[in-house]
Order: sequence, then structure tokens, then C-alpha cells
Amino acid sequence: MRSARRNVVRRRGTGLASIWRYVLAGVGLAALLAGVLAIVYLTAPQSAQLAGPDVARTKKTDNGLYVANFVPERGVVRQGELESWLLTLKTKTGDAVEGAAIAISGGMPQHNHGLPTSPQVTDYLGEGRYRIEGLKFTMSGWWQLRFAISSGAGSDTVLFNVVL
Amino acid sequence: MRRLFCSLALTVAAIVAGCGKPDFSDAEKKTIASLALNTLPPLKPDTTNRFADVPAAAALGSTLFFDAGMSRDGTVSCSTCHKIDRQFQDDLPQAVGVGRTNRRSMPLAGVARDPWFFWDGRRDSLWAQALTPLENPLEQAGNRTAYAHYMKARFGERYERIFGPLPDFSGIPQNASPLGTDAERAAWNAMSDTQRDAINRVYANIGKAIAAFERSIEPAPTRFDRFALDLATGAEPKGDAAFSREEILGLKLFIGKANCVTCHNGPRFTDNGFHNTGVPPVADLPPDRGRVDAVAQVEADPFNCFGAYRDGDVSACGELRFMVKDAPELVRAYKTPSLRGAATRPPYMHAGQFSSLDEVVVHYAKAAPSVEGTSEIHPLELSDRERAALVAFLKTLAE
Repeated sequence: MRSARRNVVRRRGTGLASIWRYVLAGVGLAALLAGVLAIVYLTAPQSAQLAGPDVARTKKTDNGLYVANFVPERGVVRQGELESWLLTLKTKTGDAVEGAAIAISGGMPQHNHGLPTSPQVTDYLGEGRYRIEGLKFTMSGWWQLRFAISSGAGSDTVLFNVVL
Repeated sequence: MRRLFCSLALTVAAIVAGCGKPDFSDAEKKTIASLALNTLPPLKPDTTNRFADVPAAAALGSTLFFDAGMSRDGTVSCSTCHKIDRQFQDDLPQAVGVGRTNRRSMPLAGVARDPWFFWDGRRDSLWAQALTPLENPLEQAGNRTAYAHYMKARFGERYERIFGPLPDFSGIPQNASPLGTDAERAAWNAMSDTQRDAINRVYANIGKAIAAFERSIEPAPTRFDRFALDLATGAEPKGDAAFSREEILGLKLFIGKANCVTCHNGPRFTDNGFHNTGVPPVADLPPDRGRVDAVAQVEADPFNCFGAYRDGDVSACGELRFMVKDAPELVRAYKTPSLRGAATRPPYMHAGQFSSLDEVVVHYAKAAPSVEGTSEIHPLELSDRERAALVAFLKTLAE
């Protein structure tokens, strides 16, 4: 009898401890959740910015007349240096666009300013490829480059986002 | 129970410490590394000045830089405003040469890396810049033929060893310049094209020698650079490389919420661009519209990169070739100055408008509109503690 009662007491004690274990686990999970939320909250603006603009290097022009590809000639973008990029223009059917007149503008939509330089088309390299010189990205962030393209196939515009 | 609270406290502490322990995110670490002086690339050759890296030219340039004989009245040299023991600036709101100018003297550390010179970028090379104060009536106030005569009389042998024979000076007036007084301009116009070209060439070489000297003036590592290096390598910052909590907060604000790093980027803390940040004009100075008025000046400069006195080929002239000539944001836009050493050289801005870094930070937080054109700055809520932290961080760039 005595030992049985002791067993009951002991069992009751074990029961109390397990409730505390659940409480501890609950508090631990809550704290973990808070930590995760804090991390998500702290890093959110950055990932939102990265996910923001479409940084595709090949795009259909706004009215679908051309397919444009815009890439740095040396493959990498170097902040603060004058660079040349290549704009390749094809028609919908994939033919190279020759003799196009191209006007370039742009800027940083979040900073109230245009481009720090006036990039220009300086050469036609054949197969629809145009060399654009004088681009300079002076700061990190979201840049926009607009091209107004005019050729025998018609006039159209395209906007490229560059995020540094 | 006690054990429970202990473990609970430990869990919370671990989480809190876990969030706070790596003081900087990976993105922040990347930005901090990009600001450190060890990322400054080697100085590129200046192909427009074939004497840029000739030691004898730099030595002559150094002599000329400190020579008060290089002025109308023999009292002003480059070093009058660019003082060697004061970061090559003069601590005055506006520089004073022969007269009082309307702009703040700029420090010279790393100047050879600039694409544009003066607060408004009205010159496009270091050697063309060096020529401008020589003839400015408020600075050195001399004139072109007087400088050429002075070179022959004082430094003839040194000059010829570097640049080759001096021209024939017979019939060259003592005082003549396209920019001088009426009499000096008349004398300049009376000279033959050959004579004017010969004098311009001597004059350009003066600038090229001074530029060769100035290329040696480079920024020195600071507490921030030691901190950044330790952060990058994961070493425990020791001695003065350790940042206080306030300095760390200031750095985080600088590269984060306060957006300073948007323009003050790279190891020189400048984007080398021109921005309207709503800095107010100074009441008693002539109208000053910044970059928008400098475009025509650099285009008209006979010593610009497209001019006859450039060495090397025209491929070096990209900045001038692709310069923005007319855009609304050029109005009252001024060059982003480097922040290295800034804490110990008040006053601030292009005409010394602010006497302390606190005033500068207050200005950028308030973001008052520009008197003309549009300020690029947006208002920002900064507490007193945050403003003080930004200033504390800026001081680490001057220690």
C-alpha cells in the first residue's frame, strides 16, 4: 500500500513536470518564432528591393516591334567607370535590325535624377548589334535605361532595369 | 522551477544574442568592405599628360605648387589655399587668394582620381585645373605670358630638361592673356597664332608638372579602414580599430537608413557626381548655379581633353564626350566631396555654409527644398542619438 501511494505521488509529480515541459517548449517555440519574424522583418526591405524591378536582359519592346537584348560589353558591370554595352535588336521574326536610330535616356527612379552621363550609340557591329558607350553607374541601386528605337520596321521603346 | 527559469532565460538570451551577435548583415559587410581604403585601385596613368609619372616633372610641379612667385603680386601660391599641413585646404568658408573667392578650397587627397575638377566640374583634367587659379583675378591673378617669362627666367634649365626647348621669347609681351585685363587681352590678340600656341604650350606644361606632383597626394588609412579590414577578415578589432557602440550605430545609419552611402560610396566616399542637395546660397556672394553653368566653361576651355594640348589619343576623353550638357538636375548641383578627413576640416559645403558636421547632418535630415532646381534629398527622421552617432562615425574617417 505504502509503496503504491508513493508510486501515485511520484506519478503525480511526473505529470506536473511534463506540463512544465510543454510550457517550456511553447515558450521556446514562441521565442524562436519571434526570432524568425525579426530576421524576416529586418531583411525584408532588401529582398523587396531585389525582387522589385524586372532585370531581364532580353525584352520585347513595348509595342512588340522588336526583341532587344542589352548586356555589358565586358560581361560585368563596374560601378563608377565609363562602360560600353551592346544593344542587339531583332525583329519579331528574328531578323537583325540594321540602321536603327536609337535615343537613350534613363536615371534612378528612387533618387530624382537622370543618368550622370549621356550615353550614345557609337558603332554598329553588324547582326543587329549596336555599341553604346558612355554609360556610368555611379551608385548602387535601381537604374533604368530607356531606348527609343526607330527603323524601317517602325518606332518603339523599351526599358531595361539594372540593379547594382 | 529554478532550472526551468534558468533554461528559459538561457533560451531567450541565446535568441537575443543570436540576433545581435553578427553586428552586421552580409549586405552591410559587403558595403563596408567596398568603402575600405584597401579597395582603392592603383592610380591609373593619365594619358592626356605624358609627364604625369615623370619624377622630374613632379619635382618641378612641387616647386611651383609652393612658389608664391607664381602669382601677380608674388604673395600667393597653390599652397596658400591648399596648405600641406591642413589636408591641402585652408579651413576658410571661401578661399582667399589675391581676393576673396566664392567657393571653399577643396582638399587634395586622391584628387588625381577625380574625373571632374572644382565644385562644379568646370575642368576635366588635373593639369587643366591647375592652370585655372593661376589666371583667376581672385586667386593667383597672373597672366599667361608673364608665367611663361617667369618659367624661362627662374626654371629655364629644369623646364627644358623635362619638356624640351622653350620657345623664342622675342616679341612676346611681358603681360598678355586671353582672360586678363583689357590691356592684357589686347596684347594677347596682337600676338601671332604661332606665338600664342607656343605660350599656351609652356602654360599647359606648367599645369602638367603641377598635376604630376599632385598625383602623389593620396588618402591615408584611418580608424575606419582598420575596423573594416578586421570585419572583413573576421579578426577581433584591437586598439583603436575597435568601434564604440555609437560609432557602429553611426556606420549602420550611414550605409542604411540615412542613405549617405548612396552618393558617398567607394573607398573615397564619393560617386564623383554632381547633386543638388538643397544647400542654401551665401547671402553676399554672386549668384552660383553650380554644374549647369560649368558645362559651357569646360567645353570652351582650350586646355580641355579635346584641345590641342592633350597628349595621347582622344579615347581618354570619355567623360567630356559623354558629359550631360542640359538636364534640370544640373541646376545648383555640386560635386560629392570625399568624406575622408572631413571631420577635421570644417566648414562644409561648396561655400562653407555649415560650420560643423552636426549642422550638415541636420541639413540632410531636414532636406529643405533648393532655392533653385530640385533637391535630390528626402526628409529623414533622425533622433538626437542617431545624429550624434553619424557624426561619431564620420570622425573615424579622420583619425
